[in-house]
Amino acid sequence: MLKTLGAQIKEFKKDSILTPIFMIAEVIMETIIPLLMASIIDDGVNAGNMKHIYIVGALMVLTAILSLCFGIGGGVFGAKASTGFARNLRKAMYENIQTFSFSNIDKFSTSGLVTRLTTDVTNVQNAYQMLLRMCMRAPVSLICAMVMSFYISPRLASVYLVAVIILGCILAIIVGNATKHFNQAFPKYDDLNESVQENVSAIRVVKAYVREDYENEKFTKASSNIYKIFCKAEGIVAWNSPVMNFTVYFCILLISWMGAHMVVQNELTTGQLMSLLTYCMNILMNLMMLSMIFVMMTMSAASARRICEVLNEKPDLANPENPVFEVADGSITFDHVFFSYRKDADTPVLKNINLDIKPGETIGIIGGTGSAKSSLVNLISRLYDVTGGTLKVGGVDVRDYDMEALRNQVAVVLQNNVLFSGTILENLRWGDKEATEEQCKRACELACADEFIQKMPDGYHTFIEQGGTNVSGGQKQRLCIARALLKKPKILILDDSTSAVDTATDAKIRKAFAEEIPGTTKLIIAQRISSVEHADRIIVMNEGQINGFGTHEELLASNEIYRDVYESQTSGSGDFDEKGGM
Amino acid sequence: MAEERKPKVNQGPGPRGPRGPRPKLEHPGRLLKRMLGYTFKDYAVQWIVVVICIVTTVFSSLQGTLFMRTLIDEYIVPLMGHQNPDFGPLAGAIGRVACFYGLGVIASFMQSRIMIFVTQGTMMKLRNDMFEKMEKLPIKYFDTHAHGDIMSMYTNDIDTMRQMISQSIPQFLNSAITIVSVLVSMFVLDVPLTLITLLMVGVMLVAVKKIGSQSSRFFMAQQRDLGKLNGCIEETMTGQKVVKVFCHEEESLQTFNELNDQLCDSACRANLFANIMGPVNAQLGNLSYVVCAVFGGILAITGISGLTIGALASFLTLNKSFSMPINQVSQQFNSIIMALAGADRIFKLMDETPELDEGYVELVNAVKNDRGELSESKERTGLWAWKHYHKAEGTTTYRELQGDVVFEHVDFGYTDEKMILHDIELYAKPGQKIAFVGATGAGKTTITNLINRFYDIQDGKIRYDGININKIKKNDLRRSLGIVLQDTHLFTGTVMENIRYGKLDATDEEVIKAAKLANADGFIRRLPDGYNTMLHGDGANLSQGQRQLLAIARAAIADPPVLILDEATSSIDTRTEKLVQQGMDALMKGRTNFVIAHRLSTVKNSDCIIVLEQGRIIEKGTHDQLIEQKGKYYQLYTGNAVAQ
Repeated sequence: MLKTLGAQIKEFKKDSILTPIFMIAEVIMETIIPLLMASIIDDGVNAGNMKHIYIVGALMVLTAILSLCFGIGGGVFGAKASTGFARNLRKAMYENIQTFSFSNIDKFSTSGLVTRLTTDVTNVQNAYQMLLRMCMRAPVSLICAMVMSFYISPRLASVYLVAVIILGCILAIIVGNATKHFNQAFPKYDDLNESVQENVSAIRVVKAYVREDYENEKFTKASSNIYKIFCKAEGIVAWNSPVMNFTVYFCILLISWMGAHMVVQNELTTGQLMSLLTYCMNILMNLMMLSMIFVMMTMSAASARRICEVLNEKPDLANPENPVFEVADGSITFDHVFFSYRKDADTPVLKNINLDIKPGETIGIIGGTGSAKSSLVNLISRLYDVTGGTLKVGGVDVRDYDMEALRNQVAVVLQNNVLFSGTILENLRWGDKEATEEQCKRACELACADEFIQKMPDGYHTFIEQGGTNVSGGQKQRLCIARALLKKPKILILDDSTSAVDTATDAKIRKAFAEEIPGTTKLIIAQRISSVEHADRIIVMNEGQINGFGTHEELLASNEIYRDVYESQTSGSGDFDEKGGM
Repeated sequence: MAEERKPKVNQGPGPRGPRGPRPKLEHPGRLLKRMLGYTFKDYAVQWIVVVICIVTTVFSSLQGTLFMRTLIDEYIVPLMGHQNPDFGPLAGAIGRVACFYGLGVIASFMQSRIMIFVTQGTMMKLRNDMFEKMEKLPIKYFDTHAHGDIMSMYTNDIDTMRQMISQSIPQFLNSAITIVSVLVSMFVLDVPLTLITLLMVGVMLVAVKKIGSQSSRFFMAQQRDLGKLNGCIEETMTGQKVVKVFCHEEESLQTFNELNDQLCDSACRANLFANIMGPVNAQLGNLSYVVCAVFGGILAITGISGLTIGALASFLTLNKSFSMPINQVSQQFNSIIMALAGADRIFKLMDETPELDEGYVELVNAVKNDRGELSESKERTGLWAWKHYHKAEGTTTYRELQGDVVFEHVDFGYTDEKMILHDIELYAKPGQKIAFVGATGAGKTTITNLINRFYDIQDGKIRYDGININKIKKNDLRRSLGIVLQDTHLFTGTVMENIRYGKLDATDEEVIKAAKLANADGFIRRLPDGYNTMLHGDGANLSQGQRQLLAIARAAIADPPVLILDEATSSIDTRTEKLVQQGMDALMKGRTNFVIAHRLSTVKNSDCIIVLEQGRIIEKGTHDQLIEQKGKYYQLYTGNAVAQ
């Protein structure tokens, strides 16, 4: 994990190394100050030597200024290193996500990826800055103070050594216990937030069933649970400061007692005693700081782990060594194709698929929910790899193509389609960067989108909000179709992409396809019989297998499922959508 | 299954980054007062004890500092040069100080223990209050606020408030008390040196202000850039599959890189200023220390103000204890601003007007006597009646709950400026099935929002069993309506619990019966743990169709006289729908049903089909009548004409 994260420091290595160096320098300066202090009192004040006071005083000012410079340096480099590191982490994750195949994306949820790129990175950034600035500073400061104490009086300094060891052990026990409890508490906290999330998104259900009190009761219970768990976890941490205070006070008193004896016996000066007492605070404070750093680190370790998951995720699909860049035509051949989403799945999602589709054909695909219609078409543009058999497009195995070249020729309008914030024109140009406004308009006319776009206040320059919230479902689908058309693909796949479009418009779009892009192979997945019945051939999918393949009439005569679906949509009056389409 | 996963936009649980630039606080003082008042109200005693503890801690450590003077001046220096020094007085003094220290340790222990309960208790109360308030808010609030923003209050804003209560406030109290007591002690020790120290503090405060204002400027910039980047990330991650399909990786990376660099830049500056605040203050503190040492040295040697070496030693320690708290307070500055901004949002939520309910007609269990007259019953009779109290006459009448719904000249708009529905008229009798059809945006779903009073109409009347729905208590009104929504939402819990949501006291058998009615029993039994299968994250492990079946079962178990089905079967394939349809027909029997569907086959057998266009009823009648009319419905149905 550290190696993965460390690799992202990159150009900020210099800053990352300089920060602790500056911090150490600052600490050394700060350790010297009490020493000079003692010198002022002993050799200056006690000896009545003003000259000495001036010299040492000047020296102290110099040290303070140096210390300030080092401190600022540490701050500047620390800020640079940590924010730069965070930037690199985000960038590396984002870049890696861009190479993800669909199955990689499926593994992480959208919200999971967002959290990793935002909150988790911020956590790691803060921890990294803390690490650079404090992790070296605290131990070095501790050691410096310790060394100085030993230099002044080994006998008294050994008191500190004992205190440090005892306090260190106690802090370790406290921190260890606390992290254990916190690790149990945080998932509960996430659960609570998830239940709030549910209530926010399902507020209509809550209100419709008048379940406000019920939800309140549920929430209060969960919330008081959180209260108990956190009180317990923090109760352990609460021991920190009294234990710390006790040790410090104990040391001060002991040193005072022993020191007094030594001073009286002329083994120690009053100035030295003063310095020792200052170091006492220093040593134990730094120990405390170390334990805090440790808590911080364990808390951000979870974030670091989640980031590494993304960084270490290897894309499932890779370009072949000598890729083919030309897609000859829009023919598609499935040869004994098997497919499953997980390698270890018992039953494959697609079983023994054999299909031969000619260029320019219009193929309708119909089947119940979960019959693997989408899985079937997702294989064509190599969004997933087949687990058995071969799939050829234009006579070449899809795995031999350059992925970008293949996907440019196979346009898919996904079931869950998304528009991006930007103008309509910008969204359309996803299909073709160089498309002129004329070409965009033409594509929209084909997709029956031109009409409503013209009615919009700014026409093609209307701004689409994030998530496409200012267009209706049907409008969104038509824009997505137009966007795909702009690719001028050899194969066009519509995955239930006209479900929110009314029957008449749906028919118009299909008509435009037949007339305007006859050379393009068209695969249309639909729930409505009317959307597929005029296709050249229709595939009936059932439980991952092809149940029937033929024309509307053939299937009506021979395929039970197809007949069932047909009747379910036309029962009552036989003329349902009969005249729709052509 | 990948193909059935519903995209979740802006719905991710867990902590989220801040969104956009934070607005400037208008009344920070008032906010702070309210926030403190909120925790003081319930924990007044605890806070008083905490303050006492803090005072004790501060004084005990101050005693220790002052002890150093007595240690050197009164105990060590007099003993110096003695042949047989008597350490008895010193031992006594140390013992006394040890008592103070002991008190300090106990006080600090008590303080941290009590603060935990105060902090966590306040957080719990805050969460509960927020949640309770949220549940009371009208639907409009949820429709007009981004769900991510609401969530962020429960995560980010509560967290900043927790930090403020648990750290900033005690720290502030501690610092304030320390500053005052140290200042007093310093004046007691030596006046000129104290004045020098104060001068240095003045310089320090100027530095804090200068750096602080820079820091908060870049801090704001950082929050703004973070918001922008988060927005970009959210959008691309949601549409990542589309990015792949269009080979748009390069471009999306480019946008991201720009924003990422921008954030890195502003974050670096913000952090930089926050980082150097510490060293600058510390070194100014050190400088103050040096200056005092030099002056103190001169004073001690010349003996002008009678300053002893021991007093100088104590003073220098005090000097250090004086600059430290100022340093600490200045470092808390940003987190206090953040906490106040969070408190502002939270209190805004708490100040929202809750859903008003001026209704007084109640739904009660009733019994019918021989003459067919209704009277109220304490027990569950299965017969429901509206208890209508007439204020003018002072009488109470009972009317049987039947499910008769009438719309009279209803006008409605989500805002007063833009009307969505115009002059809607309809009559629905018990047992009837009323269907709404029309293009997206015609106002079909809006109508269903009105019957249960998620929104109130601007003009006209809606009557339920002849009673104006404004007079009916909202909860009773909603209890008498079953609704299956377009977007199915399920809750974390078992399948059983989810169905039981419709009727909390339903037995397992009733749940299974309802599931069978909705044709959901089959797939539920195939789930790994059957009815006890846990559902997570809005039922993400189920297909959209399966979720709709559960939602139908949930409505079925509630057994309401009026049923509203808003595209309830849109994601169920037509074959399954046909099966569900039988269940649905059984479910609809004897009820008043409002059905919205885009599949015309679903609505064909309705008693009345209402065709909506741009918020107006343009056609009304049975399927056959409408086909006969050869109007819009005919066009939609046959697909002959262009429907827009």
